[in-house]
Amino acid sequence: MTAVLRTDRVSRRFGALQAVREVSFALEAGARHALIGPNGAGKTTLVNLITGVLTPSGGDVFLEGERVTSLSSHLRARRGMARTFQITTLFPNLTVLEAVLVALCERNGLGASFWIPVARRIREIEEAHRILSDLHLAGDAGTLVRVLPYGKQRVLEIAVALATRPRVLLLDEPAAGIPGSQSAEIFSVLAGLPREVTILFIEHDMNLVFRFAERITVLASGSILAEGTAKEIAGDARVREVYLGEGGDA
Amino acid sequence: MRAQVSEPPPAATARTSGSPIAFANRLSDLRWRPAELAFWAAAAAVFFVLPGQLVLASQIAITGLFALSLDLILGYAGVVSLGHAAMFGGGAYTAGLLANHGWDEPISGLIAAAAAGALIAFGTSFLALRGGDLTRLMVTLGLGLMMYELANQAAPVTGGVDGLSDMTVGKLFGVFTFDLGGRTAYAYSLVVTFGVFCLCRRVVRSPFGLSLRGIRDQPVRMSAIGTPVRRRLTAVYTLAGAIAGMAGALLAQTTQFVGLEVLGFSRSADLLIMLVLGGTGFLYGGLAGAAVFMVAQHLLSGMNPVYWQFWLGLLLVLAVFFAPGGITGAIAARWQKGGRR
Amino acid sequence: MPGSLPGVLFDGVAYGSLLFLMSVGLSVTMGMMNFINLAHGAFAMAGGYVCALGMERLGIPFLATLPLSFLCGAALGAVLERTLYRPLYRRGPLDQVLFSLGLTLMAVAATTWFFGPGQRPVRLPSFLLGQLHLPGLDLGVYRLFLIAVVAAITVALVALLRGTRFGARIRASVDDARTSAGLGIDVHRVFALTFILGSGLAALGGALSIDVLGLDPTFPLKYLVYFLLVVVVGGAGTIAGPLAASMVLGVFDVAGKYYVPEAGAFVIYGLMVALLLLFPGGLRRLAR
Repeated sequence: MTAVLRTDRVSRRFGALQAVREVSFALEAGARHALIGPNGAGKTTLVNLITGVLTPSGGDVFLEGERVTSLSSHLRARRGMARTFQITTLFPNLTVLEAVLVALCERNGLGASFWIPVARRIREIEEAHRILSDLHLAGDAGTLVRVLPYGKQRVLEIAVALATRPRVLLLDEPAAGIPGSQSAEIFSVLAGLPREVTILFIEHDMNLVFRFAERITVLASGSILAEGTAKEIAGDARVREVYLGEGGDA
Repeated sequence: MRAQVSEPPPAATARTSGSPIAFANRLSDLRWRPAELAFWAAAAAVFFVLPGQLVLASQIAITGLFALSLDLILGYAGVVSLGHAAMFGGGAYTAGLLANHGWDEPISGLIAAAAAGALIAFGTSFLALRGGDLTRLMVTLGLGLMMYELANQAAPVTGGVDGLSDMTVGKLFGVFTFDLGGRTAYAYSLVVTFGVFCLCRRVVRSPFGLSLRGIRDQPVRMSAIGTPVRRRLTAVYTLAGAIAGMAGALLAQTTQFVGLEVLGFSRSADLLIMLVLGGTGFLYGGLAGAAVFMVAQHLLSGMNPVYWQFWLGLLLVLAVFFAPGGITGAIAARWQKGGRR
Repeated sequence: MPGSLPGVLFDGVAYGSLLFLMSVGLSVTMGMMNFINLAHGAFAMAGGYVCALGMERLGIPFLATLPLSFLCGAALGAVLERTLYRPLYRRGPLDQVLFSLGLTLMAVAATTWFFGPGQRPVRLPSFLLGQLHLPGLDLGVYRLFLIAVVAAITVALVALLRGTRFGARIRASVDDARTSAGLGIDVHRVFALTFILGSGLAALGGALSIDVLGLDPTFPLKYLVYFLLVVVVGGAGTIAGPLAASMVLGVFDVAGKYYVPEAGAFVIYGLMVALLLLFPGGLRRLAR
């Protein structure tokens, strides 16, 4: 029962606003774990704290037993933590292939190599094409990211994260803004990932959550409200009240 | 295991991207395109075809080199700097002072200037690279002004407002004297510029260059994939500093004079203008922009400077509104729209 | 002439007040729209020329040129914002730098062309000349006047920001433009009005500063560094930040020029470096 990712009473305040309060959260190895909660509950803030984009006002973050609280985000990424962003943060002036390649080169320690051109890195290029094919983006390899349709950009976000061969994958609303049919496809890709990759995803679409999540954590007003299996959460009255009870269907 | 992936050759994936600017960066290997060869052949031909213009031509080559160094940090890494002259001037004074004190071998002066430029860049990178765009702009502007003040105050050493002129620049390789006609100057400047260009070409097509473009577009994402963003930026800033220093040394050695204006705001601002008008992010923009700007300045040198200033300002404003990719960008966009892909 | 530390402080505060008046508009609009406007000094210069030429050619008394300068600056700001600045908000910082740099060059060139490159002197009315003699200290009357005017304006600005709905909208837009738009605040209109107000204040500052800083067509470029310094060191988007920064910069600049004249402008730049190292987020963090 080793937690691959763990937070210990982590908090973050912005002035007078306490966005995350003393959240102690554990992510088991190989988990398919969803983080849900109403808007403003602190989900993205929590992910930002875990990945190092924000420094906590208190508490600690542990990755595979190592205390990473004071480690910068790029070092955490090097230790196997990958994430996607809620608002697409890709590289507008790179092509799809280059976007994946830059992550691959970084992972393989080539980021500082300045003499041999990228075009000669056959191994990385082949792997990049492989990743794109898996996500049905192979045909767009030469397209500039900024002209790519939104749905494909969201998929590319995941491709870039996967290219780093992460041990922990944190997805912030991966299917945001995508029509239902396509979002199910994204999730089936995620479901097809090997168990060596532990996945935590923030999502608002309850259908997707209940279909793919094995465990769910509900966050409200910065604290954990409830935690359990899909069935337990669906049946929890408090959760209903604070989240599902807004007239939405489970 | 996946079946054999039919992997298209890298050049082919480049084709779908269109414009020649995109072309230069798309996963191209190091093959020289015909247009590039034509460009450099033409530059070399100037030596024979326009023997009376070689002084101007070497100025253009030097400014082109300077623009190249700014393109590295601006076009490729996204750092907007209004103080790049600090490294240029640092290199110029280094070479100038060496010559002034009797060390007249040009190549070693060039190398010393490159080291000076790199040192200044590295030293100031801790301030210049932190913060957002405005802070960077402010800091680079401020540091540039500071260097100017420093050189001004150190008049006994630098010659102050009068400039450094008692310079003996020896023969290049012990054979070629720097003649008044500019023959040696042009050959020297062109060869150095070409050599550095080839180096930059490799750098921008390497994984390092790709990571710079990623940093320019989205530094947060780059952190999230494990890139030490600050370190990369510091590295390219130092490299750009070295190159700017070399350009400064070339100026000092070919004109045998170093004035305070090598550190002035005008020089930084003009360079920025040249680069942007030419087009950032594909190396030739700086060279083309420098050529056009300096030829225009030369042809219009009889004009009241107020006119030059006004029309330049107007050109900038118009360029921002109507030609965001610079002159070459506008041409490229036309080319694309013309149906040729 | 400052003869002692209090004298230096006094002069420094006067100088800082001018800097503040000219830079406050830039700070607030930058914090709101993240627009890098290097042409801000041109508005100050415009105000200066309205004052100088108004007195010289139209015989308008000095005090009357002040509101006139403000209005001209505001009007200029209104026209330019609507026509040129607004389409560029979404553009990147490089475009903004180039545009505002181009605008500045045009302003400098046009001013040189129409009014000549020389300094424009201003003849202050006699009741603003001279010194106020206090025990142990001589205070320049004009500098007192400057401080008083800027103090009054600062109070008015703070009242505007904290006491009115418009002020609340400004604060909201600075904090988070996107959310404010979502809440129904017409952020573009708020920004336009703030830009106009800021340009007007800059012009007023330009008019007031002729006697202290001089006035010639290169004014926008000469003092660009100072405006940006105030905004960066003080932190964009507030009033307190630039106020603190202006005072610190003003005092140190005067003190530097008085006590170590050999160092020249070094003191200011060195101070900038030190402040940026110590307070990367700007001085406004202290003001909280």
